[in-house]
Amino acid sequence: MIAPLQAQNPIIRWSWFIDEWDQVQAALVQHLELTLLALGLGLLLSAALATVALRYERGAPPITAGAAAFYTIPSVALFGLLVPYTGLSRATAVLPLAGYTLLILITAIIDGFRSVPAEVREAASGMGMSPRRRVLTVELPLALPYIITGIRIATVSTVGLVTVAAIIGQGGLGRLILDGLRRAFWTPMTIGASLSILLALMLDLAIYRLGAAATPWTRRRGA
Amino acid sequence: MTECAIRLLNLTKRFDGEQEPAVSALSLDVPRGRTVALIGPSGCGKTTTLRMINRLVEPTSGRIEIDGEDASARPVAELRRSIGYVIQEVGLFPHQTVSQNIATVPRMLRWDRGRIDERVAELADLLGLETEQLGRYPDELSGGQQQRVGVARALAADPPVLLMDEPFGAVDPIVRTRLQDELLALQERLRKTIVIVTHDIDEAVKVADNVALLNIGGKLEQYAAPDDLLHSPANAFVEQFLGEDREMKRLALKRVGDLPFERGPVLDLGAAPAEARALLGDARSEWLGLTQDERFAGWVPRERVDTAATLDALPRELPAAQVHPGSTLREAMEVIMNSRTSVAVIDDGGRFGGVVTLEQIRSELARRAS
Repeated sequence: MIAPLQAQNPIIRWSWFIDEWDQVQAALVQHLELTLLALGLGLLLSAALATVALRYERGAPPITAGAAAFYTIPSVALFGLLVPYTGLSRATAVLPLAGYTLLILITAIIDGFRSVPAEVREAASGMGMSPRRRVLTVELPLALPYIITGIRIATVSTVGLVTVAAIIGQGGLGRLILDGLRRAFWTPMTIGASLSILLALMLDLAIYRLGAAATPWTRRRGA
Repeated sequence: MTECAIRLLNLTKRFDGEQEPAVSALSLDVPRGRTVALIGPSGCGKTTTLRMINRLVEPTSGRIEIDGEDASARPVAELRRSIGYVIQEVGLFPHQTVSQNIATVPRMLRWDRGRIDERVAELADLLGLETEQLGRYPDELSGGQQQRVGVARALAADPPVLLMDEPFGAVDPIVRTRLQDELLALQERLRKTIVIVTHDIDEAVKVADNVALLNIGGKLEQYAAPDDLLHSPANAFVEQFLGEDREMKRLALKRVGDLPFERGPVLDLGAAPAEARALLGDARSEWLGLTQDERFAGWVPRERVDTAATLDALPRELPAAQVHPGSTLREAMEVIMNSRTSVAVIDDGGRFGGVVTLEQIRSELARRAS
């Protein structure tokens, strides 16, 4: 049990933060790496699965149901479940994390492509655009606002989940939190949790900015 | 050069799971450089027919020839790039600027940058789009402007054939009328082969050289020039579809300039009063029109003429009832109805161009269209 706040165990001790900066920085970098790997893999898998769901009418329900079922598995249990197969490796952390992004990303991609107005598709085909060109130059850009929103939600939730990966020794800011818990010492917990929140907010803002730059037409509407 | 740009031969379309064919055994010739309207009640297969021409719908049987060539033998992308396509919802790409939208087909055809820019500027000019609007996104334009961009985009690669599916159905009546006029002016210059689908008979007779009236199931009931269609409907279905006021609709097709010249009870100011009195007696008119230097100067009531020593001293009432050679007979009739003299004066670019009377309009309507 964690000790209550006391004079000798304040919520943050700045000297520790300065002395242990190397450790904190390493944890932050690991955290970022795990997040990006999981998101990258999640996005690839989602793109593939969403493509199938969009192409085959009957593919969509089982695919989204599967992703939803995966989402319900508690992360701690899943990490533990994978250890016998993939060991205490990075893959053991990244695979479940990527899996948790699927529900959000697949739904976002499907919604995005379904939001493309039928008449836009009709006009593109009617002008002799090949299906491939139509998807890449017309439908994908129009689906982007949905996809970007999905990526933002997936990013924020993944940054939070990465802290759990510390229990299988994959480092990250979760390690600082676990460390603090074990030693009943507030400072690393506070720093680990705060940096995790900060990282989530910064990534969210960055993706928002990138998304806005990539979809200029959405801001000049109704002028 | 073949006479027919598009020829539909025994065209049938049966959609999966439907009892009746959407279009059955339709044959139709669309002459080169002409506008043909496909019209009929909903379910008559007019849009399906249009979409078979650019193969968005593949026919179940029958053939489509474009310039004498079987359309189904050409690669579909290439075929569509050679046919302009305009739809009611316009379908502009919301993420692209107006000029990028217009450049869609030229880009697919790999034109070089300079040629594309030149063509976009040319089309903007042709359709009355301002340079400043070219950099905008479609959502920033009004419905009418969007449809102009849609037409510009369809014309971008200068296709000989233009297919239009209810192109003006989504805009308000005032804008619709203006867009129809613009289409007529455009067609005057470009002479494209146009197939236009509409459910509005007034639009069909206004913009088309030939009207194909389809019944449910794509059955062709009558294919004729608008005036023929309105004057002599082939059967009861056509008659009912055209409505009670089909003779009135014919009035909108004819122009004042097409009427034989009639001077009416009109004289020069310098003419002798005796000549005027003789003219009024013959014409049984209550009013005498006066011209000065070949311009219409005004009307004088008959009783004044009876006692006048000279015509130029009489007080004249200026004409409120004026039409132009380009006015339709329908417009002329409205003017006549509202005029005290029961006559409309034709103003031909400032000069007196004769008069229009109800009698003239009546005899024009009675004349069988050529």
